[in-house]
Amino acid sequence: MSTAASNFSIQTRDVNLWYGDFQALKNVSVNINQGEVTALIGPSGCGKTTLLRCFNRINERYGNVKTTGEIRILGKNAYDPDVSLIELRKAVGMVFQRPNPLPISVYENVVFGLRVHSARSSLKKSLLDEAVEKSLQEVSLWDDLKDRLHVRATTLQLEQQQKLCIARLLPLKPEVILMDEPCSALDVEATLAVEDLMLALAGTYTILIVTHNMAQARRVSRECAFMLLGEVVEVNRTQDLFLTPRDSRTADYIEGRYG
Amino acid sequence: MPGYFRRKTFDILARWGSLAMVMVALVPLVAVLGYLTYKGIGGISWAFFTQLPKPVGETGGGMANALSGSAILVGLAGLIGLPVGLLGAIYLAEYGDNAFGKGVRFCTDVMAGIPSITVGIFVYGLVVLRMRRFSALAGAVTLAILMLPIVMRTTEELLRLVPVTLREAGLALGLPKWRVILGVVLRTGASGIATGVMLAIARVAGETAPLLFTAFGSRFISLKLDQPMGSLPVQIYTYAVSPYEDWHRQAWAAALVLVLLVLALNLLARVITRQPGSGR
Ligand SMILES: Nc1ncnc2c1ncn2[C@@H]1O[C@H](COP(=O)(O)OP(=O)(O)OP(=O)(O)O)[C@@H](O)[C@H]1O
Ligand SMILES: [Mg+2]
Repeated sequence: MSTAASNFSIQTRDVNLWYGDFQALKNVSVNINQGEVTALIGPSGCGKTTLLRCFNRINERYGNVKTTGEIRILGKNAYDPDVSLIELRKAVGMVFQRPNPLPISVYENVVFGLRVHSARSSLKKSLLDEAVEKSLQEVSLWDDLKDRLHVRATTLQLEQQQKLCIARLLPLKPEVILMDEPCSALDVEATLAVEDLMLALAGTYTILIVTHNMAQARRVSRECAFMLLGEVVEVNRTQDLFLTPRDSRTADYIEGRYG
Repeated sequence: MPGYFRRKTFDILARWGSLAMVMVALVPLVAVLGYLTYKGIGGISWAFFTQLPKPVGETGGGMANALSGSAILVGLAGLIGLPVGLLGAIYLAEYGDNAFGKGVRFCTDVMAGIPSITVGIFVYGLVVLRMRRFSALAGAVTLAILMLPIVMRTTEELLRLVPVTLREAGLALGLPKWRVILGVVLRTGASGIATGVMLAIARVAGETAPLLFTAFGSRFISLKLDQPMGSLPVQIYTYAVSPYEDWHRQAWAAALVLVLLVLALNLLARVITRQPGSGR
């Protein structure tokens, strides 16, 4: 979007967020590198999901949310009054904790966004077919599913469902993909497969992943942010954050003292 | 361990006791169906479905007028009541988490409990007296009003069952709320909604009392909405209280047909709900 955006896809300054009277984020200032996987870790209830959901403004669903501060996505303040939520959400895709494909066919799931956001006349079948193949290739589902494009997506295995949820973002050409504990519903093998996928997608996309699983953060992320009670305590290269934490609270968490 | 035996005894008592009560509850259902079939099956014939009633005193004839009348009345009622009910339900499910929504919900619940004859009197005063005659329109309006709370509340409940995660999936893909409702919520809830509609139709198809003084009745097949129109329940009533043996026979047959129709609607509703991708 803008060239002023240096190498950061997301920059926040002094973000505070309240649910009613409860302050869930306190002075959060973080920079998320472009084209890398960044992990958000921290104990339950510390505000990881809340922060993630600020970036596509889906927090606004709840009527009682108040956000202050600055959140620059691709160089542009996401909370400016002239920002189009549609454009923002096309550029910033989201993957959820439980795979949530729509109860329609695999094919229709992948092109759902295109159908919604493009003029009907521009949607030639060849174009849709191409988008489906390309997106499924990118999440390495094409070989598995190319003969089953018309089965209902909710009948797939969970791993395939979650990959499909990633694939359906891709036709909209997102810059950032937000993932909120994307593997917590998956078994070990599926988790590893989705992690491989994240690593493969990094570079093309900026990926921000919330995880409870510190081993996972270490496996997939280049940078890691540790949150506690609504604050970002420490952001660092992942290996440094785990080997030589600068803040004693980070050290405590890594050693399992907060559970 | 006396405690163990006490628990065990209670367990057995509760289990067999409740089973016994279920049997008791099933008795009237089975009895009604059995007796209806026994009395009604003889009256069912091709003529029953295709012929008009014969003049008093002659035997034979059928209920084509009542069958077509019921179809028209219920269809028209659906045409009036369903759009209102469905849109109302969407409002309640999607925008109704406020005092106004609460109020509306309360009113619909009250409405669902109002005896149907009251609705009949209301429409009698509002439509029949003004038009100065009984009419199919008045009957359909009555049935539509009776349908409304059923459609609204069942549909709302079913729409609320559409998982939050699916709505958020839509929002996160950049859909504005109205498109999420159309493209995600309604699509996912479609089979549930269809079920609600079927049940509402089944529910009003058997209404008799409020039709007696709105649609009244007619011995002819008529398409005129400003004229009285026959219906199965009313014709059953008229025939049942008549002194003619042949009419009694036909009343039984009509009752059987009505029950079978309602049963079919309920079964259809089940089949629709069980289809995969109902989102549940
Ligand atoms: N819609 C809401 N209304 C009110 N409070 C909320 C809401 N959502 C979250 N909270 C509160 O905000 C705090 C942060 O919640 P959040 O879901 O962001 O935590 P989290 O770090 O993602 O936790 P977890 O690891 O359990 O997913 C919690 O105390 C939570 O109770
Ligand atoms: Mg969370």
